Amino acid sequence: MSNPLTAAILFSAPLAVALAFWLLALRDRRLAGDPASLGFFRRNGPVVGAFLLAATAFWILFMIVWPMLYMVDYSFHRKLPPTRRGGPDDVYTLENYWYFVYGSTRVFTNYNWVHINAFWQTIAVSVVITVANFAICYPLAYYMAQVAKPGRLRVLLLLLIVPYWVNEILRAFAFMVLFGTGGTINKLLLAMGAISAPIDFIGQNVALYSGLTYAYLLLMVFPLYNAIESLDHNQIEAARDLGAPWWHIHLHVVMPFAKPGIASGCTLVFMLSAGALAAPLVLGGPKTLWFTPIVYDRFYQAFNWQQGSAYAIILLLTCVAFVMAVMRLFKVSLSEITR
Amino acid sequence: MSADVELDRVTIRFGSFTAVEDASLKIAGGEFFSLLGPSGCGKTTLLRTISGFLDPSEGSVRIGGEDMRGIEPNRRPTALIFQNLALFPLMTVADNIGYGLRVRGVPRAQRMARAAELLSLVALPDQGHKRVSELSGGQKQRVAIARALAVEPKVLLLDEPLSALDLKLRQHMRNELRAIQKRVGITFIYITHDQGEALTMSDRIAVMNHGVIEQVGTGREIYAEPRTPFVASFVGENNGIEGRVSQVVGARAAIDTPLGRLVGRRGEGAEAGAAGTIFVRPESLRVVAPGGTAALEAEIASTAFEGSTTHVFLRASNGQKLTMTVDMRDAAALPAPGATLRLSCDEADAIVLGTGGATA
Repeated sequence: MSNPLTAAILFSAPLAVALAFWLLALRDRRLAGDPASLGFFRRNGPVVGAFLLAATAFWILFMIVWPMLYMVDYSFHRKLPPTRRGGPDDVYTLENYWYFVYGSTRVFTNYNWVHINAFWQTIAVSVVITVANFAICYPLAYYMAQVAKPGRLRVLLLLLIVPYWVNEILRAFAFMVLFGTGGTINKLLLAMGAISAPIDFIGQNVALYSGLTYAYLLLMVFPLYNAIESLDHNQIEAARDLGAPWWHIHLHVVMPFAKPGIASGCTLVFMLSAGALAAPLVLGGPKTLWFTPIVYDRFYQAFNWQQGSAYAIILLLTCVAFVMAVMRLFKVSLSEITR
Repeated sequence: MSADVELDRVTIRFGSFTAVEDASLKIAGGEFFSLLGPSGCGKTTLLRTISGFLDPSEGSVRIGGEDMRGIEPNRRPTALIFQNLALFPLMTVADNIGYGLRVRGVPRAQRMARAAELLSLVALPDQGHKRVSELSGGQKQRVAIARALAVEPKVLLLDEPLSALDLKLRQHMRNELRAIQKRVGITFIYITHDQGEALTMSDRIAVMNHGVIEQVGTGREIYAEPRTPFVASFVGENNGIEGRVSQVVGARAAIDTPLGRLVGRRGEGAEAGAAGTIFVRPESLRVVAPGGTAALEAEIASTAFEGSTTHVFLRASNGQKLTMTVDMRDAAALPAPGATLRLSCDEADAIVLGTGGATA
């Protein structure tokens, strides 16, 4: 990157690609007639079609699949000094995974409880955070989608979005100000005489859980809002007219209809909570065990990328398996989520 | 079990806009009653008030003698069929029909049995297992009716349920609806902007315009004895010729119009000196035999052959457009467009109505 020429190429390449793409689109539009209902290549023209395919393939393969495969490969290798890499010692091994279970690569007598507990706790708390998020967001999304007038809706959307202009780390620190022993909430409670000594919100993980819940609120609200918004209001009225109390309507008319949105919101929030790094680092107490900081430490404290990769993959696969299982349980298919 | 519905001076306002003004109606139990009016006349608002989705700003709604104020839609003895039907897309036909019973805690087996019963009532036997999306428009219609009937309402409210169907099916469903109403014997309140629907199905009709009920009566009454110019021109085709009432004698009123003095029955508001309109149905206009006295003259602009009848579109000397309907035999004797016809009408077949304003 120190070479100015390399930097120039690197920064101008995307612009050049975008420009070329635009010009090609112009050319193709002139050549092709009505673009509706043609095959992919006939619709986009051979040049743009090939570009689209190549660009997408590049993005998926080079930016997503390839690094991931590298991680997978890493996770099955030992940490070795550079001189011995590729040598006779550099063999495929499950050592990094054993380390997660036993805390050692040779002695298998004791379990690595610290890491295992942190792992399960992360998953369990992420589930709780997802549920809490749903409980907060469903009424809000329903109100926005079915009840609010357009003007009120705009204000609500703005109020929801504006706080997220603030950087995630900054928001986490703001929560610390709020929840610290000398923080706003404690001061308020003390002043009101509700408590006699400050509560250790951070040590009790209250701050962390609130922070995580807050961090992914939007990712729950919008899928829910989209799903509920497309529900014909007459159906709600029809159910009411047929005698249904409000909870019955939500449980049997609105929620089944919004199921894809619920699934996609819950998946996003769960995955991101389980993989959150900033909030646990900032808001976690001294005794807090969240799995992602442990993974982070493997990489940057222990400088053991191989072990870090193994940890990351364990978290990823468990989360994916868990999400798939829950989706199976609620009979949601993957294609529905992306609708 | 049916119940009568009574609207007592119901006024419904949205902010400064008055959707329904001072509407009073008495609908008897077991009656097929239609609310007829152009879109935006307040008929749907009135229906939503009866079903409980809106509360009247003033006045009261009574069903079976009981004041409905403050009673939620899910506690009223009414069932509403929505214009777009609002069937639940994720449920089967039988589950749709059984929804109201499920809410009431009826066990599944019983619900399914009742659904099957209702499906045969609406002539859709053995379709319970299907998804709503597999049904045709007319079938969805029947499912919506069955779903509403499942909760055994005393009053069924229908909000233009046939408007989405094609003409053939619509006409078929008219008869079907009427037959279903006869079978179940409950009160039907039917909303429509289609006067043909209202006339063929209803025991009685209320004609609404701009939030006001202008006339209530049987189809025959509102067709033959309109009480307002709006009813006269909205229900069935009509030729309205504006003028000023010149003389009233007994049951007859004479009106001075740009086409000359015309005489008809004396209708509502036809006072001497008042602004008025004389209405003559296209089928009541006749061509006068040579030598006879003509009431008015008009030139043939065009004709439209409709099978058993022919519509003749006429233009009077002042540009006033008139329509005449003649049967097949008379149509053959018509001169070509451009010719002037001398026309008359029995005094008993024309009606003079006051058009408000300027009672001198």
